[in-house]
Amino acid sequence: MFEFQFDESKCHSCETRDCMTRCQYMDLDAEAAAIEMEKLISGQDSRVLHECRTCYACEEYCPAGNHPFYLIVKRQEELGIAPLPDPIIRQGIQVGVPFRGDPEITEINGPVLNMGVFSPLTRLIQGKLFEGLTRISTDSRKMHHFFCQLMYLHFARTSVINERLPGVIETISAYKPTEVVHFHDECYGTYTSYAPAFGIEVPFRSIHLFEHLYNRLNELRDEIRPVNYKVAYQRPCSSRLSPDAHGYVDKIFDLIGAEHVSRRYVDENALCCGSTIVSQKQEGSRRFCLELQEKNIGDMKQAGAELCIFNCPACMQTMGKQVAENGIMPIWMSDLCRMAIGETPA
Amino acid sequence: MDSVYAALVEIVGQDYVSTRTEELFTYSKDLGTSEPQWPDYVAAPATAGQVSRIVQMANEKNVAVVPLGGGLSLAGLALPLKGGIELDLKRMNRILELNEKGRYVVVEVGTSHGKLTAHLHKHAPHLMHSEPGAPPAATIGGNLAIHGQGDLGHPYGFNSDMVSGMEVVLPTGEICRFGSCALGNSWYTLHPLPDVSMFMGWSGSTGIITKVSLRLFPCKKIHEQDAFVVENEDLVPEILYELTHVGMAEDMMVVSQEIPPPFNRLHYVLINISGDSRKELEFKRQLMFDDRLYKYIQEGTGGIGAGGQEVPRPVVSKTSDWRKGGGFEYVGAIMPVASYPECYRSGVEISGRHGIPYTTLGRVLGSGHSMMFSWTFAFNRADEDTVRHARQALHETDERVLELGGTLWKPAVFGQKLLMDRMDDGTLQMMKKVKHMLDPNGIMNPGNWEVA
Repeated sequence: MFEFQFDESKCHSCETRDCMTRCQYMDLDAEAAAIEMEKLISGQDSRVLHECRTCYACEEYCPAGNHPFYLIVKRQEELGIAPLPDPIIRQGIQVGVPFRGDPEITEINGPVLNMGVFSPLTRLIQGKLFEGLTRISTDSRKMHHFFCQLMYLHFARTSVINERLPGVIETISAYKPTEVVHFHDECYGTYTSYAPAFGIEVPFRSIHLFEHLYNRLNELRDEIRPVNYKVAYQRPCSSRLSPDAHGYVDKIFDLIGAEHVSRRYVDENALCCGSTIVSQKQEGSRRFCLELQEKNIGDMKQAGAELCIFNCPACMQTMGKQVAENGIMPIWMSDLCRMAIGETPA
Repeated sequence: MDSVYAALVEIVGQDYVSTRTEELFTYSKDLGTSEPQWPDYVAAPATAGQVSRIVQMANEKNVAVVPLGGGLSLAGLALPLKGGIELDLKRMNRILELNEKGRYVVVEVGTSHGKLTAHLHKHAPHLMHSEPGAPPAATIGGNLAIHGQGDLGHPYGFNSDMVSGMEVVLPTGEICRFGSCALGNSWYTLHPLPDVSMFMGWSGSTGIITKVSLRLFPCKKIHEQDAFVVENEDLVPEILYELTHVGMAEDMMVVSQEIPPPFNRLHYVLINISGDSRKELEFKRQLMFDDRLYKYIQEGTGGIGAGGQEVPRPVVSKTSDWRKGGGFEYVGAIMPVASYPECYRSGVEISGRHGIPYTTLGRVLGSGHSMMFSWTFAFNRADEDTVRHARQALHETDERVLELGGTLWKPAVFGQKLLMDRMDDGTLQMMKKVKHMLDPNGIMNPGNWEVA
């Protein structure tokens, strides 16, 4: 149906093999990485297919922008090497099935804010920072029509994404948006990284939430009062698909007077929240996930973070409570920004 | 003036008796598929003494008496099938004694589970009782009258296994106590006196429970729910066997339902655990997931679907909100855990035949000694055709339960008859003798548990 745009020659000429040698969960030197990559390219079984934690990071590590993670997922599906147990895959696939009627669509002909499959969090999108944006997918009964489907990368199911995504794009396009600000990194990554990689046409322009927040904060610069918090940021997996947008994290923190604490697990070295890892088939995954979270939160504490900033609902759900139990307040990026302009967080 | 009405006014006071149509109308309804049944009088007593006087008067005048708690059984068990006096017990809602060290609480029968939970949160947050999977308005007495179960069902069984003493008004008016309280002692145990307590499970047809001593259990600081998901229903009994072996859960349920889609044709083993610390919770999770369930994860047949979630309640009523019209009723049965796969398949089949999205739930009782399995059928209250389908599905399920070797729980009259048709004759005759001995004039909740 769609053709995966993967350039083998880029891998053949790669000297660093960063995609695998920098992986935080697999131990591969450049030589071993070259061998495993060849196996992946030729469609053979590889230890990578069994050991991948699906953190998306190799997408960012690849210096050639050649989508190694999408290749891994594609091969996992082709060879039937799923990282998760079958019932969890079925559960996940069924999550995206709309079941309560179609959304009512009216043409906007202006900028929109797409809540995707997180309509219950619409409360976060209020106040001056979001003025002038028409919200779409605000009805939790209909939100599955806006679900970007990218989650299925964790499930070794690019086929499901490719089957459903055109319909989702059609739904959003029907609003006739001039540009679409995406509430979630995953949606932004879908339309700016995944879709082009698979030759899926996206007829609207996408804007990352952080870019929007940064621009709006600049417009409201006079109203900003420094928040003076020491903050850590829990980087979500899908942010690896849009490293350009990740740069806005520090820009926003600088603008609102938040000190981004110096940590070991930050930016390209960020650790996964573990929401998928906990269920994986690999031996000891549950314990591994806990240790990962302990390492991550311990690092935040050691760095003196008072707040942990989240943008991904899955990260918040997985780690929010633990972060709070460790004396660090979990808070949404949008709420932090709203606090900076004197608004009350949701 | 009507002599019954006058007598009721004399006993409970004018404000607590009614024959007004609009009030009788309210009491004529049940939330399930039962047809309305109108009482002639509604009375709300405040004490066991008033209850005693009412039943004595009812015997004299040969008027039926139907005790009512929260009215949430859904099976029409507190509907006045033969008219008479609807006895609303919700005024009897005092919490009489909280014995922290002895871990029991003495309450009046109309105390709601919600009120008791709130009381314990405030006065003894380290203790809890077993709340059934029902709205907080469900009463302690109503729940015992139907052998209810709920939280802590896995370690401790039915709610009626958690009783340390009872006070009952017999159909002829005598007030009796059972357990240590019968000796004038505190209400700390129901055993070991000779067992003459024949009131639980009778739906108020042998007497009216007026006070209850309930066992309380340690309430840990953190309560969370994990989910283990399987696709093959045949695996559920052995997974429950593994989990009950380690005995770490406070409650275990298996849910499968057509709507919403993530639950469709999957089986969610919901495991409620608690601990005073993260360390305690992790210890329990290690025993369950790493030691007992790992093989399913590794072979890919089962997986951790969620961890550390808030414990939702109530469960069953939410699941039926997926159909326009808001009505639902369920068949509950006490089944061997081994019959889970057949129970589930029956639910899918019967629901499918009636055009109702299937909803099934099994709750483990004791160490897997049995499970309460429920088949829920949603209907649109404004659409008689869907009500008829739901009613028919309920009846078919009642019959299927018996075919599968199960025992109907809180059966409606239709189900009661099915049970009594199959019952061992000696047992049936004893039930008849008990009923006749306690209620010689047949005034108590007539129509229920009537042996021909």
